[in-house]
Amino acid sequence: MIKVEHLSKHFGKIKAVDGISFQVQEHENLILLGTSGCGKTTTLKMINRLIEPSAGKIAIDGKNIFDQSPEVLRRGIGYVLQNNGLFPHYTVAENISVVPQLLKWDKKRTEKRVEELLEKLHLSKDCLHVYPNELSGGQQQRVGLARALVADPPVLLMDEPFGALDNVTRAKIHVEFKALDELKRKTIIMVTHDVQEAFELGDRICLMDKGKIVQCGTPSELLFNPHNNFVKGFLAHQRLQLEFKTIRLRDIWKWLPPQLSKGGAFDLSWDVILWDVLEQFKFNASETVNITNKENKEEKSASFEQLMSAFYQYKKQEAHE
Amino acid sequence: MNEQQQTLWDFMRQQSDKLWEQTIQHIGLTFISLFIAVLIGLPLGIFITRRKQFSGAILGIAGVLQTIPSIALLGFMIPVLGIGAKPAIAALLLYALLPIIRNTYTGIIGVDAAVKEAAVAMGMSKWQVLVKVELPLAMPVIFAGIRTATVITVGVATLASYIAAGGLGEFIFGGISLNNTNMILAGAIPAALLAILFDFLLSRLQKLNIQKLKTAAATLPLLLILLSSFYFLPDAYGTKLKAGFTPEFMGRQDGNVGLQSKYGLKIHTVVISDAVMYKAAYEKQLDVISGYSTDGRLKAYGLVILDDDKHIFPPYYAALIIREDALKKFPELEKTLNLLSGKINDSIMTALNYKTDYLHQSPERVAKDFLVSNKLWKPEQSGSDGMVRIGSKIFGEQYILANIYSMLIKGYTNYGVATKTGLGGTKICFDALTNNQIDFYPEYTGTGLLAILHPSPKTIDSLTPSPDATYNYVRDEFKKKYNIKWLKPIGFNNSYALMMRRSQAKELNIKTILNLKRYLESR
Ligand SMILES: Nc1ncnc2c1ncn2[C@@H]1O[C@H](COP(=O)(O)OP(=O)(O)OP(=O)(O)O)[C@@H](O)[C@H]1O
Ligand SMILES: [Mg+2]
Repeated sequence: MIKVEHLSKHFGKIKAVDGISFQVQEHENLILLGTSGCGKTTTLKMINRLIEPSAGKIAIDGKNIFDQSPEVLRRGIGYVLQNNGLFPHYTVAENISVVPQLLKWDKKRTEKRVEELLEKLHLSKDCLHVYPNELSGGQQQRVGLARALVADPPVLLMDEPFGALDNVTRAKIHVEFKALDELKRKTIIMVTHDVQEAFELGDRICLMDKGKIVQCGTPSELLFNPHNNFVKGFLAHQRLQLEFKTIRLRDIWKWLPPQLSKGGAFDLSWDVILWDVLEQFKFNASETVNITNKENKEEKSASFEQLMSAFYQYKKQEAHE
Repeated sequence: MNEQQQTLWDFMRQQSDKLWEQTIQHIGLTFISLFIAVLIGLPLGIFITRRKQFSGAILGIAGVLQTIPSIALLGFMIPVLGIGAKPAIAALLLYALLPIIRNTYTGIIGVDAAVKEAAVAMGMSKWQVLVKVELPLAMPVIFAGIRTATVITVGVATLASYIAAGGLGEFIFGGISLNNTNMILAGAIPAALLAILFDFLLSRLQKLNIQKLKTAAATLPLLLILLSSFYFLPDAYGTKLKAGFTPEFMGRQDGNVGLQSKYGLKIHTVVISDAVMYKAAYEKQLDVISGYSTDGRLKAYGLVILDDDKHIFPPYYAALIIREDALKKFPELEKTLNLLSGKINDSIMTALNYKTDYLHQSPERVAKDFLVSNKLWKPEQSGSDGMVRIGSKIFGEQYILANIYSMLIKGYTNYGVATKTGLGGTKICFDALTNNQIDFYPEYTGTGLLAILHPSPKTIDSLTPSPDATYNYVRDEFKKKYNIKWLKPIGFNNSYALMMRRSQAKELNIKTILNLKRYLESR
């Protein structure tokens, strides 16, 4: 668990970070979201002491990070840089082995771990002995991630890890990212300025502006309970898409009609997000889908129109709360 | 052309021992200096990446050092470090410093900030960031700096021969003063080849990929040490005394060659520039030097001349040479000019030179003081009976003489005087005389013999033991060949001479070159 209290960083007169506080629970993925220059990177770097704060406290698992030597602290925190920052003079294998080397692992153990990670991150073994500049941007990004994960640190800090990628590759990596078992055991703080990415990957999102946190909450809290117009405005032009990605079938369950006949084209769990359901209708909007309530095994089915109507009723209700 | 190459090749073969020794010294000097320069420059370069506030000052100082002319820098070194290897290495390393510091600095500063940050973020200590990330990534730039430094050092190392540190400069500067093209080339070509070779080798090293560069960087210090040790290979024999001769003296028949063949003198000898030689003798860096017998520094530094028992140094009696037609045109001239004959002996000339060279008095003042104290000075007359033109070569003694004669003519005759001083070397002066540009100038019998008349070696051998025979010979030949008259000798002899410190010569009871030889051979 990471606890940040009243953290500030001033560069001369610029208040890059201005008295922010937040917590990240164990195994949670917290996203720092905000426009360029709002202090995301600065916040992140204070957590592994790349930048010393002007004021404030940071504790990881209850331990004040300023009581430890910065080197030891950093070896226990995985860090993925904004532009991957791979060592150009090291091969992929050497790049990934940097931290194990610093931790004085024996060679066998390091090798085994590197191979294991390559497999998990879908990098071919041929990559091991090439240099970073011979890899594609997506591959470099994965190596950067592997380097951060190799010593299995409990905490992972990621600064726009997918910033430099095209949309197709990014979408692909997002899928892999969510599926990666290694990440499920980690407490992650991830910086992005991409709202979509934040909603897709984050358990909670801290929206920042001018060094301050405007709102910190789950995606649906931000979406349906914005604290102020800034939050609303920030999400406005992608709102519909975000809603589809946030709302799950279980959320609109009560507005769906009961099953009349079992004859829908697909069977879906009620944990599926609306976005994915709509994907299914891509080719045939007149179909209906079958949905199963995981708790009591009740089944319902719905057509595209019925889903949409349930969605609007849900929103109306959220807005009234 | 072909013949030229042939003879160059012959020269190099003949002198292969020396050539080899000089090349080895040159390589050694270059790499010792380079090694120390890397040892100092690299940490300094790293230091200023950490303390940027010092970068301006340190790069500035290194830059200024590099603009100091090499010879001046060598000169500054002598009072502190004496002559020989130490000051040469010190000066060379100062020149090599700038490219090394600057490239280390820019190389490290140029490492991608994101990569550095990644290294810190992985938990590397400052030292680890430096050796694992910054230095390897800056290595190509640092190598380029070392490469530049190497080429500079190979070039400047030729000047080491000025202060008795050896190297290929001995041939180059010896060749220049002896007007011996083969000798110059025998030094210059290997020096250029060394520069090209080292540059090429280092460029190969620089192009290696980063992986291999790691091993290359590790072997470089070893290589440098190995090459540096070359310098200490020669220098095997030493004698009780140490001699320093100019490059010119080293190569001349009436110089070191004669000392060896006619006297059989064996003395540990270093080659050194005329500019620092006297001072080095004074400071006991050298015991025996080759100098000019009337040089003012003889007096300034308390040196004495050793008698030349076997007369290997031809006499260089100074006398005026004058065109016969000028004597006719100015009938009173000869009488006036001869007022001075026999008035200036070696020690007087030395003292006069001392006044201009060391007390920095003007030649006019020295000339006037001399005439006044010899009761020869008279105030100027009208100067209306035509213009006498006096020439002089481009060094102090000749300036003084030109001024003395000018004052004599103005005081004792009605002629006016135009002086054309600073006419370069013998050839320029003599050509000016024969072409009726000047009427007379002071010349030396030995120069007249060797540089103008060029008689056969046999004639030279028969003449040089006797100053009078030499004088008579040049007088008769000049008259015959050029219709130029040698006036009576002024009285001093400015020839080559071996010199020692007065105190040491007295202590060891050495008065002549044979005494010196005997002392060296005694146990
Ligand atoms: N070393 C520094 N010196 C001075 N000002 C700085 C420094 N680092 C950051 N800043 C300023 O602090 C503010 C926050 O910077 P920060 O890098 O944290 O922004 P960011 O949210 O990560 O932006 P981006 O999305 O563009 O990466 C900016 O105004 C920046 O100019
Ligand atoms: Mg940033």
